[in-house]
Amino acid sequence: MLGEISRMAAPASNQIVGTPVLRKEGVAKVRGSAQYVDDLELPEMLHGATVRSTIARGRIRSITFDPSIAWGEYIIVTSRDIPGKNTIVHLFEDHLCLADDLVSHVAEPILLLAHADKAKLPAAAAAVKIEYEPLPAVFTIEESESRQTAIWGEDNTFKTYLMEKGDPDSVWATADYIVEGEYTTGAQEQLYIENNGCIAEWSDTEGVTVYGSMQCPYYLHHALMLAFDLPADKCRVVQTETGGAFGGKEDFPSVIGTHAALLAKKSGRPVKIIYDRGEDMASTTKRHPSRTRHRTAVSKDGKLLGAEIEFAIDGGAYCTLSPVVLSRGTIHAGGCYFWPNLRVRSKAMATNIPPHGAFRGFGAPQSLFALERHMDKIARVVGISGEELRRRNFLHPGNHTATGQLVADPIDMNAMLDRVLSASDFHAKQARFVETNRRSPIQRGVGLASFMHGAGFTGSGERRLNSLVKLEADAQGRIVLLVSSAEFGQGTNTILCQVAAQALQIPYEQVLIAQPDTHRVPNSGPTVASRTAMIVGKLVQTACENLLATLRESGLLEEQHSAAQFCHACIAHREQHGSLTGEARYQSPGDIFWDDDKYKGDAYPAFAWAHYVAEVAVDTRTYQATCEGFWAIQEVGKVLHPTLAAGQIEGGVAQGIGYALYERCEYKDGHLRNNQMTNYIMPTGADLPPIHVLFEEIPSIHGAFGAKGIGELPMDGPAPAILNAIYSAIGIDFDAIPLLPEDIFARMMRQSSGGSEDLKPEEAGPYYSRSAPQDEGLEVPA
Amino acid sequence: MSIVSFSVNGEQRTLDVPPMRRLLDVLREELRLTGTKEGCGEGECGSCSILMNGELVNSCLVPALHAEGATIRTVEGMADEARLHPIQQCFLEKGGAQCGICTPGMLLATEHLLAKYPNPTDEQIREGLAGNLCRCTGYMRIFEAVREAASLHPSKAQLA
Ligand code: FES
Ligand code: FES
Repeated sequence: MLGEISRMAAPASNQIVGTPVLRKEGVAKVRGSAQYVDDLELPEMLHGATVRSTIARGRIRSITFDPSIAWGEYIIVTSRDIPGKNTIVHLFEDHLCLADDLVSHVAEPILLLAHADKAKLPAAAAAVKIEYEPLPAVFTIEESESRQTAIWGEDNTFKTYLMEKGDPDSVWATADYIVEGEYTTGAQEQLYIENNGCIAEWSDTEGVTVYGSMQCPYYLHHALMLAFDLPADKCRVVQTETGGAFGGKEDFPSVIGTHAALLAKKSGRPVKIIYDRGEDMASTTKRHPSRTRHRTAVSKDGKLLGAEIEFAIDGGAYCTLSPVVLSRGTIHAGGCYFWPNLRVRSKAMATNIPPHGAFRGFGAPQSLFALERHMDKIARVVGISGEELRRRNFLHPGNHTATGQLVADPIDMNAMLDRVLSASDFHAKQARFVETNRRSPIQRGVGLASFMHGAGFTGSGERRLNSLVKLEADAQGRIVLLVSSAEFGQGTNTILCQVAAQALQIPYEQVLIAQPDTHRVPNSGPTVASRTAMIVGKLVQTACENLLATLRESGLLEEQHSAAQFCHACIAHREQHGSLTGEARYQSPGDIFWDDDKYKGDAYPAFAWAHYVAEVAVDTRTYQATCEGFWAIQEVGKVLHPTLAAGQIEGGVAQGIGYALYERCEYKDGHLRNNQMTNYIMPTGADLPPIHVLFEEIPSIHGAFGAKGIGELPMDGPAPAILNAIYSAIGIDFDAIPLLPEDIFARMMRQSSGGSEDLKPEEAGPYYSRSAPQDEGLEVPA
Repeated sequence: MSIVSFSVNGEQRTLDVPPMRRLLDVLREELRLTGTKEGCGEGECGSCSILMNGELVNSCLVPALHAEGATIRTVEGMADEARLHPIQQCFLEKGGAQCGICTPGMLLATEHLLAKYPNPTDEQIREGLAGNLCRCTGYMRIFEAVREAASLHPSKAQLA
């Protein structure tokens, strides 16, 4: 009897959120039985391949088919086979599905082939001879903004923003110091270990179905509707188990999925397209390269008075998602500091490089790299430590951010900084390394970066998405979540089921999640922007409350219930009404306002806050910099799952270390020359230091059980923390990433050119200014 | 075409395949053992790792011909119907699998490592898994899973 009572009472304190339950699809993954797209075979299936441009820009003069191939065996698709618009729709419709006249980048798709025997495709693709009339191409932001060659629109510019606070023109006359700097970041490959791939089927009655590896089934769904000129119910997209994405499967599946579908329609058979690594790296999106220029006014006691920041990204040949990436980079450009006056001008430029796209962090790692390097330089001009400069300028509750958003969370950046400095033994190490560096060819240093990252879509994005989440009870009285949020390793399945289980007060095992299939799940938005835990999680929570209300109103469930009672109530409701469902649609919180024109207001529903510390060693004989220790503290709201959350941070930090020290995309005439894992180097387990993860938890009112976004945040901090540590080790300011041994070698071999490379404030005087940058004339958008 | 005969996960298989066909394709396409994954096709990522005669090899680099007479173990051979292998259980519990695409290769690399070093040092773990790339985890939780699996290793169970 006693046992009975305690079992009955147990659910009331049922804590599922915040505990390390097992990953929902984990057993299938460790068994090797999880079905990724390349593991699927459909009857009569053909394999597809893509014939691509070999030049960066030009007109297609002729296409000839070498007679050595038995072309009759092949299905051939050109732009003429596209029933609807020849476009892959993202924000605009400039991105061609298949080039028909003008090619704008190397590896641009021109023609598609399919054959039953995969082995017969490479030779056939090589036997399609395309002649071009080459046109001048541009490959850098500088060439693009010079406008000597017009390649996109009127001015090669996809998008510009102007973000202003206070009166930034007023600060220069009274500043004690003016500090300038220019910083650049390179392209970075997402390098998910599973390449992009899709399988498509066509039926004259049902329309098109695509299965594939992706983050956003509804993006591809939208692309299919346009390219095939079909209504929504005739396009179906199903996400298969996805082997990593990191943004690289946000917009790109719309391309490969549409291609597979075109071949399927023409052949009447299922068609699978799986890229190999070389093709995936050469043709799919990368992180946008960037250039940031800072001009900062500071008082002699280390207060930031104001700044001008110019932020430019290389969008590649088509607009794709560049305006949104630019937006996030722009808003984060001022970082986690209080700026009385600030102006950020930004622009996304066109080049003849394959389109750049989403990658974890989405513009913020670029502009934050610049800011956090610049903060250390400012500190040296003022004559205080980087730590102290940051402390004097952190945003505090009650302050307003650069967009004028009130900091409402009771965040304490100083206390968090204390915690991570002590965990990393920062000060003692700093002192010790000064000693040891005198005697050793291996020079060590520690560096710091502080930052915040907005969770959810920028500005009015969430309102426009208008996400919907549904739940239904199955015949056994279990709850099935119907969301379009995709699992690709981050733990979507697990955390959303935890949220539902906790909200319904039932065991985690009683909650299932449906495979994302646009015929079955509603559009709960894309799986991007660190929005799933917070935005979709909250919708799941609300939908659960609605479902409970339905059961209670129908008299099937008491206020307090056991798991068994809940299960019985679900079954009873299904018997009486045929089904039991609950749903919730996004409602913009009443206290969030955003002005898209002025770029002012509440940029994000919530921010996560962080300080990262890197310890590095630079071997002055091999010029290799290695990260030897890493400490990451972050405030992310409620941690829904401690293991998954720490795993997200560690994985992001590892990618950030790769971004800083290992990963370089080498382009020649628009070709990615190192499109292989042998020559594009990501960190192995032997390259990485122990990564220590610390959390602060301040529950947010906007997220499920107080959760905020976490996925992108860890990408922002590692690169600047590492380069700051390198300065501390060898006294050289590097302003560009990636920073490989050859770069360190080159810099150590030449005389400093002065300016921001070696800072001597006493010589620089009150005005300290890097000599190089001429104003390229970033214009104010009209 | 050549007749190639080898044992996979305890079962003897005889196949007629092009001699230079990659063992990876033979496993995935002929035998439908799709747990073995392709990440790069050039011996860099280790997601195609299998055990061949007890050695860890990248099956994308092995021609079918070389498998003649070999004893092969893939991820499908680790668990039985009811129970996961302890290494799999540790990966599951410790968060060693995120997207899961590197996981089969990691599991076999771990099995190989623990056969060689039942009590691996951290250095041996880092070096032992350095041929297997993971883009999701940053490796920390994989290492933890390996340490945990080592602590459950039969050699210790006997000591206890
Ligand atoms: S697929 Fe074999 S090592 Fe990458
Ligand atoms: S878990 Fe995704 S690559 Fe390792």
